[in-house]
Amino acid sequence: MFEITTPFSDDLVELLRAGDRVVLSGVIYTARDAAHARMAEALRAGEELPFPLAGNVIYYVGPAPAKPGWAVGSAGPTTSGRMDSYTPELLRLGLKGMIGKGARSEEVKAALREYKAVYFAATGGAGALLAKRVVRARVIAYPDLGPEAVHEFVVDKLPLTVVNDMYGGDLYLDGRRRYARQR
Amino acid sequence: MEANYELATGMGEAIKKSIEAEESPVGREVLAELVANSELALTESVPICQDTGLAVVYLELGQDVHVVDGDLYLAIDEGVRQGYQEGYLRKSVVSDPLLRQNTGDNTPAFIRVQIVPGDKLRIHLLPKGGGSENVSRLAMLKPAQGVAGVKDFVLSTVDKAGGNACPPYVVGVGIGGTFDECAFLAKRALMRPVGSPSPRPHLAELEQELLASINDLGIGPQGYGGRVTALAVHIEASPTHIACLPVAVNLSCHALRHKMREI
Ligand code: SF4
Repeated sequence: MFEITTPFSDDLVELLRAGDRVVLSGVIYTARDAAHARMAEALRAGEELPFPLAGNVIYYVGPAPAKPGWAVGSAGPTTSGRMDSYTPELLRLGLKGMIGKGARSEEVKAALREYKAVYFAATGGAGALLAKRVVRARVIAYPDLGPEAVHEFVVDKLPLTVVNDMYGGDLYLDGRRRYARQR
Repeated sequence: MEANYELATGMGEAIKKSIEAEESPVGREVLAELVANSELALTESVPICQDTGLAVVYLELGQDVHVVDGDLYLAIDEGVRQGYQEGYLRKSVVSDPLLRQNTGDNTPAFIRVQIVPGDKLRIHLLPKGGGSENVSRLAMLKPAQGVAGVKDFVLSTVDKAGGNACPPYVVGVGIGGTFDECAFLAKRALMRPVGSPSPRPHLAELEQELLASINDLGIGPQGYGGRVTALAVHIEASPTHIACLPVAVNLSCHALRHKMREI
């Protein structure tokens, strides 16, 4: 089990391999479908993004509302594939990591190799458990999007699994191959 | 509200039991995380998953029941509105599939009513997440494709879903009926206690066979590879046209939530 912190350096990304279990601490940013669409628009218009991409990590999540005493409501990952079309451009601009669930496109995997970045999965549907690891949360952009707004999360030991590393490793493919049985 | 804090009947036990069957170490860790998550959600009264779903409501309305004092549909929507607000549940409904404005209160509910004999009203609530709904499918097979065609379709649906919809899954299968009824059969199948076999022997046998084949796919918990891809297969069947063999697969993730109340 690796303990890692944001922001990421290339050296750190080089250490991570598909199948590794890690715990992540530091600042991460949330964005899902609608926020990605807005960020793409901002880039097209030559505007600034709500947070710096370089070295940073995006978490694909639309949290449930926070109960008193919690920084955030249930906060498990959403399906990453829906963000695939936006991702290579963000990686080109310096994004180093993404957290979600489910398989990524070939284009995304190629971009991970090219720009040295990594894709993690958080346990899908373990929303309560993951929310406990969020120490602070605040909305920093697009508040009108409700759960889809961009949040800044400060996380402490968020449990993750490396799915795609910068060497082309893919846990979804490798893991399945190992356990598939022919009848 | 409660329906979002607690797993459906039989689901918690099914996940716990599956830990023994799982051969992959990462898979076992994931299953243990799921157990810890559901226990945390229950003791702290927070949702198991942030996708607290569309409120799918199925009413078995006794024909001798008379609903007085207003519109039953509006009453259900009001219940959903209050429950999702007071329960800190996420609002995940857009008012138009193309314009995509969030309704802000998780209404409307998705209501289906069936008239049954008797004087009771049974209300099923199944909060249904988008991830597992998106990988569900329906096909109009040819009757000649028979049970082999049905098996192929179910397997290929789970195969395509892979790790995307939070396995281990419960697989709801509808066979027969009309195009639309078939999809509903698959959804209703998810409302059965997890792992309860179909009362019809040929279907119960098919459920077991499909479960074994699905678990041979190797997808495993969260799709990281492993033995436990599905915890149960539930099949509901219905009469159909001589020229038709509809089959529908409605997947549920491990966060299967269902409550039933009889009044
Ligand atoms: S598929 Fe289920 S467990 Fe996964 S995010 Fe959706 S509702 Fe939650």
